[in-house]
Amino acid sequence: MEGTRMDSLTPPPPGSLAPPPPVRKIVVGAEPTRVAPPPPGDGSHATAPSPAPFTGPVRRARPSAAQRVERMGLEGVTIAYAGKPAVREVSMPVRNGEVLALIGPSGCGKTSLLRSLNRLTELTPGAARTGRILLDGRDVDALEVTALRRRVSMVFQQPNPFPMSVFDNVAYALREQGGNRPGREALRPLVAEALRRSGLLAEVADDLGRPALSLSGGQQQRLCIARALAARPEVLLLDEPCSALDPKSTATIEELILKLRDEVAIVIVTHNMQQAFRIADHVGFMYLGELVEYGAADRVFGAPREQRTREYVSGAFG
Amino acid sequence: MSIRATEARGSSEAWPLADRIGLRLAWAAGILLCAVVAAIVLYVLVRGLAELRPSLLFERPLDTPDQSHGGGFLDPLAGTVLVTMIGTVIAVPLGVAAAVWVTEYGRPPGLARAVESAIEVIAGTPSIVLALFGLFFFSQGIFGFLSFTSEGGGVFGRSFLIAGAMLSLIALPLVFGATREALNAVPAHVREASYALGKTRAATIRRILLPASRPGIATGTALGMGRIAGDTAIIVILLGLLRFDGAGAGVPVLDTLRGTGSTLTSYTYANSPAGEGGAEAKAWAAAFVLLVLVVALNWLVDWIGRRWKAPAWTR
Repeated sequence: MEGTRMDSLTPPPPGSLAPPPPVRKIVVGAEPTRVAPPPPGDGSHATAPSPAPFTGPVRRARPSAAQRVERMGLEGVTIAYAGKPAVREVSMPVRNGEVLALIGPSGCGKTSLLRSLNRLTELTPGAARTGRILLDGRDVDALEVTALRRRVSMVFQQPNPFPMSVFDNVAYALREQGGNRPGREALRPLVAEALRRSGLLAEVADDLGRPALSLSGGQQQRLCIARALAARPEVLLLDEPCSALDPKSTATIEELILKLRDEVAIVIVTHNMQQAFRIADHVGFMYLGELVEYGAADRVFGAPREQRTREYVSGAFG
Repeated sequence: MSIRATEARGSSEAWPLADRIGLRLAWAAGILLCAVVAAIVLYVLVRGLAELRPSLLFERPLDTPDQSHGGGFLDPLAGTVLVTMIGTVIAVPLGVAAAVWVTEYGRPPGLARAVESAIEVIAGTPSIVLALFGLFFFSQGIFGFLSFTSEGGGVFGRSFLIAGAMLSLIALPLVFGATREALNAVPAHVREASYALGKTRAATIRRILLPASRPGIATGTALGMGRIAGDTAIIVILLGLLRFDGAGAGVPVLDTLRGTGSTLTSYTYANSPAGEGGAEAKAWAAAFVLLVLVVALNWLVDWIGRRWKAPAWTR
């Protein structure tokens, strides 16, 4: 889709409702796909159909913010590695029922920020964090860390099932909670439920005892999502979950994320602006450790307030 | 029509003379090595099979240094199995625990480096030195429960337990190294995935890292067992050459463990022309059995490597 890049365009003036960036065409099952409207004033970009409203399988932001509850809050979060700041003074909310996408060029601090939400940054030697991160109004530093991570779970860039069966992978987070170890039969419905929510159940139901590492890459990543969902977290963190996957698996996982956002607050870090455009309700654009712009996805993509955001979403750098 | 397999074609005719000579030398080195191994194995095979009789495996050595009038090597065969078991039982938990600590905790870093250096020193120490130190160390009064003690309170310092303890030091670096390699092969994001599900470091080690390292641990263990079974210096100094001689307190198993004995290596030495046994034929037969045992262990290592694949994650 090189022909639809907007590199040559001058950014639209702030405030005007500019068209969204071009979207890579994806196919999900038999559903119709839509390609983003072409940029105006450039007749040579003839590959895309006429402009359309933000609906359909490609662009599915929430129309209203009515049912959204703030789950997490970041207040002046700064993260430094060995004294070098990677994230500076970031404040923003994480809401239930929506997808928050963190975008920005490599090294902008978006993954560091994501990892700070369940205190995984603490595992990095030399990392330090200031500012407050709240989960349902309570400071995450005051929570027991394993309890926090059950409530704020995470899926990683590389699919990383554990070397055990599909069943045991999903049951992993459910086991060894407290002294009484739940039996296999007691776990079975919970495991099936998590696999159903991650859209994997139909594919693996016939043999839950198979080794998880024998699944395909896309299935492995959905298994990792099922594993993260098993303990019924309130927030799901996704660190570039599709970057190691092929386009079809990516489309499947994006569908899944859109289904899950009703049940769990989702924060996704992505390099892929088209992906953020397809699935995000809110977007935070980070650059050199700063949160340059935060807002509804429509607005950030359509009418960015900051020059840097405008340049990034139009593909001028990154 | 059939498709012909692609083969590398060409010759070294266009190469500089030095390269051609180098290639021939490398080729010759490989052939020479094969020839040496074939000579050893074939000779031991021929001599061993010629001298080996089933009765040798079931008869105890004579109760005299001279073995030329009869007796087999039942005791040394059992001794090889016994010291290998004792050494392995000590070395594996120690080696795995040290490797887990060094790779997963390793704080303070200076202490972790000290542990690694210590294990390298053990790996480089000749076993005769370990044996001599073991004899001195375990002759101290407080270790009297490990071996014979004389009427006056003197501690003998030689027994299966003591030999096994010192032999475990020979296997320890192999177990440690293999475990450490296997743990380092697990990408950081796999550990983090476990932590991100609310698991502690200990639970992650027990449920994820050790199972993922099992092929590596097994390989290191089998290699270590081969080293223990083949060691001679520690056996000669800390165990003995021929018969089991239990420490007579009347407790069946404990008496044997506290007593002295032999293995196939020390028996081979004792009966070789360099020893006092005077039964070279039995030395060859014992050497053959030992070779079969150690080769079988090496096959086991290969088999483990093929059968138990370490999980393949992307870094």
